[in-house]
Amino acid sequence: MLRKKRNLIPFLFLILLFLATITASWWLPVSPSFMDSSLRLMAPSSEHWFGTDHFGRDIFGQTIIAARVSLLVGFTVALLSTILGTVTGLIAGYYKKLDSIIMRIIDGMLAFPSLLLALALVAALGGSITNIIIALTFSFWPVMTRVVRSSVLQVKNIQYVEAAKTSGVKDPVILSRYILPNVLSPIIVQGTFIFAKSILAEAALSFLGVGVEPSIPTWGNMLQEAQIYMTMAPWFSIFPGIFIVITVLALNILGDGLRDAFDPYAKGKKKAKRRPFKRKEQIAS
Amino acid sequence: MSESLLEIRDLKMHFPMKQGVFQRTKNEVKAVNGVSFTVNKGETLGIVGESGCGKSTLARTIVGLLKPTSGDILFEGESILQYNAKEFHRLRRNIQMVYQDPFTSLNPRMRAGDIISAPLKAYNQTDNLKNRVLELMDLVGLKAEDYHKLPHQFSGGQRQRIGIARALALNPKLIILDEPVSALDVSVQAQVINLLEDLQEELGLTYLFIAHDLSVIRHISDKVGVMYLGKMMELSESESLYKNARHPYTNALLSAIPIPSSAREKKRERIVLTGELPSPSEPPSGCVFHTRCPFATEFCKGNVPAFDVDEDNSPGHYVSCFYPMDNKREEFARQ
Amino acid sequence: MLEVKNLKAHIDTADGVVKAVDGVSFTIKPGETVGIVGESGSGKSVLAHSIMQLNPKPPTFYPEGEILFEGKNLLQLKEKELQNIRGNEIAMVYQDPMSSLNPVFKIGDQLMEAILTHQHMPKSKAKMRAIELLTDVGIPDPEKRLNAYPHQFSGGMRQRVLIAIALACNPKILIADEPTTALDVTIQAQILELMKSIQDKYGTAIVLISHDLGVIAQMAEKVLVMYSGRIVEKGSVEDIFYHTSMPYTWSLLRSLPQIDAESRHRLFNIEGQPPNLIHPPNGCNFHPRCPFATEQCKMVDPELTKRSANHYAACLLSEVEFKEGKKRIENAEKEGGLKHV
Repeated sequence: MLRKKRNLIPFLFLILLFLATITASWWLPVSPSFMDSSLRLMAPSSEHWFGTDHFGRDIFGQTIIAARVSLLVGFTVALLSTILGTVTGLIAGYYKKLDSIIMRIIDGMLAFPSLLLALALVAALGGSITNIIIALTFSFWPVMTRVVRSSVLQVKNIQYVEAAKTSGVKDPVILSRYILPNVLSPIIVQGTFIFAKSILAEAALSFLGVGVEPSIPTWGNMLQEAQIYMTMAPWFSIFPGIFIVITVLALNILGDGLRDAFDPYAKGKKKAKRRPFKRKEQIAS
Repeated sequence: MSESLLEIRDLKMHFPMKQGVFQRTKNEVKAVNGVSFTVNKGETLGIVGESGCGKSTLARTIVGLLKPTSGDILFEGESILQYNAKEFHRLRRNIQMVYQDPFTSLNPRMRAGDIISAPLKAYNQTDNLKNRVLELMDLVGLKAEDYHKLPHQFSGGQRQRIGIARALALNPKLIILDEPVSALDVSVQAQVINLLEDLQEELGLTYLFIAHDLSVIRHISDKVGVMYLGKMMELSESESLYKNARHPYTNALLSAIPIPSSAREKKRERIVLTGELPSPSEPPSGCVFHTRCPFATEFCKGNVPAFDVDEDNSPGHYVSCFYPMDNKREEFARQ
Repeated sequence: MLEVKNLKAHIDTADGVVKAVDGVSFTIKPGETVGIVGESGSGKSVLAHSIMQLNPKPPTFYPEGEILFEGKNLLQLKEKELQNIRGNEIAMVYQDPMSSLNPVFKIGDQLMEAILTHQHMPKSKAKMRAIELLTDVGIPDPEKRLNAYPHQFSGGMRQRVLIAIALACNPKILIADEPTTALDVTIQAQILELMKSIQDKYGTAIVLISHDLGVIAQMAEKVLVMYSGRIVEKGSVEDIFYHTSMPYTWSLLRSLPQIDAESRHRLFNIEGQPPNLIHPPNGCNFHPRCPFATEQCKMVDPELTKRSANHYAACLLSEVEFKEGKKRIENAEKEGGLKHV
């Protein structure tokens, strides 16, 4: 999958961003929290690549450091909602009786717009990284449950599941060995999209002032602070904004790439050979 | 006669059709509607019928994937419907199934070896697992190096061999074959049929062979049952059924099969059935075949024929028709 | 009327060029039925679609050959000219009656559209013609049925509608690609009967593509046997079924279970799988599976050669060698495998 340039570039970008942000304190020439009031709102220069903010802090360093929170929130939310969504989705899709109970709850949660739900939860719990993760997980996992459930409903009617049952294979094994591997690709694709969405959501929450406490640099917090300097110092908002866009874009491209890579037939020679023969049904005279 | 392995008694499988917000049962699809037969040890019973006649539902009911509406299934003399989950799990190893579609009946993400060993693992027979799997692969004509291949790397015929090896893994007594060759190419079909025959001889297996192709059924079966709309129309020794079919439906089916031989093909007389298969949710009154039967009378519309045998003239040849197709037809018609 | 000369249709795929049809020649005369028989992947469907120029291009391309229909080479016609021939002069019936009709339009509208595409007439007249066509294909109550949707029809009925659509413009050639494969035997018998009666009434030439030798024996006058993109044997039905001159045809016939067989003997085993069309074997394409193959077969690619008046076969074996080979196998079978009931 990574052999394709289209997938390799976003992958390398994310890896680089990750490494850059965790090692930032070693290689950044100026500490991002170092304030110098004489350098307030400087335009980008060779010394300060992205310019400086209203406290005279280096925006490049701030942006790199801010990626920590964004990636942490995004990844944790993606992981938690994938686990929760997969478990509930598998159960709802496979056991008919539990389906209606689980899905009514999920439907209830889906009735709120996810950002609004997160907003309400953060408002109730208070703004901290943990609370944001909890709130975003809560608003994103119902989507995952739906995706997993609908895939399970398709897969469980394929004959190999029936064949496994007649061979005496027990339900936990059927779920883990026969159904889960065959619904993995929508799960992973959806997981990357949730990753991207929660980075956006965290930024949005912080921008609205209900996110991570303002002392911790995050892209959303930076944007919020930059708001009033929009016309005076556009670089203050542009660079964090660009990073949000690129990171989200990279994750979405990666998600698409994973979807292709996970198709078990895409690599097989059989399918490629068959494709032209199959197309005949689609042509009407 | 040899002893019976599987006995089906007046089996019915009706599916409720639910409609509306309150899921009220509006109607029932009578997929299997009162079928009885016996399969003896070591023989092959062929079940033949058109799509929608209930033959696949019958198979899925016998392996326990569906719970029948009424009737009884006896395996080695014991009714299996009363079994609890544990007893049923124990029974299942004796009844295995081979599916029609070699493309959907194998998990695309499991390797051939894992597919074949899955039933062994389910029954905790994990000693010497790999050797047993290789032995099974050899038995069905797969090579040892195929062990680590994924299903899409095999052709249709080879996939069907994997399916057969999986069914054989637990040393079952009965194998239910649901259209095992109908998805295969003509030249590969013979390979699989020959393999099934060899395995039966070698391992003393009993087959319940379900197909729509009468030629294949004739080739492989000792006894043949003909199904139509959830009911058994005719059941007899294969030779007697094909040479002396008594039910008009069987005769129509036989005459509808094109023979791969142009001269014989041109000489044949055809009974071309008119009309379409009625819906199994609203089967016709009386004899279910009367709407398409060329010999149907008013009597057939109102009365259900018994599944009966004429022991004097054709012993062991069951037929469900008021006017079976032999010399007595004229007599009946005159009455 | 239709002449195919050394046609090659190749398909470009990620793994290489698939030689789906590789040098095929035959002719179709008015009113006759030509059966094309072969397994999946033998190229019979690609061949049929080539005649209609319906293979998607790319990936399909035609490196060589001509398809002459009434003197015009179909491979060189423009799309617009082809549309005049498609459906009008040459029509097609597909295998799957479930997906070949548009589910959101009424049967009558789909039928009338087929009529009005090629013929200029008032709508009321087209409707009369539609009713006439439905009567021709044996659909009871045609006036009412015009307003029905495809899902209200069974498989056999839909296939009748598709035949009616194909007949809408009185085509000269009807190409039927596995028309009965998706149907039950009793319905298959009805459809085959219908096709015969239509041929008698309109004198349409039929190209019947099937994997079922029984269907071919019942319907066709002339038969082409295809294997891995080539015609390996062609001749009259009698030639093919009784004077078989090609080991593939012979093996195929022996591998089929027969419904009226006298005794139950073991089926003939054709070893192996159909070949890969990207890298076909050297020499004769059938040699890896052929019970008679010699050293020569591995090297030399046989041409179609004349066996009798209209009977051609592609095999290097002489008549005597083939006869002896058959005898050898039959004797071996008698000793070992014959299984009486």
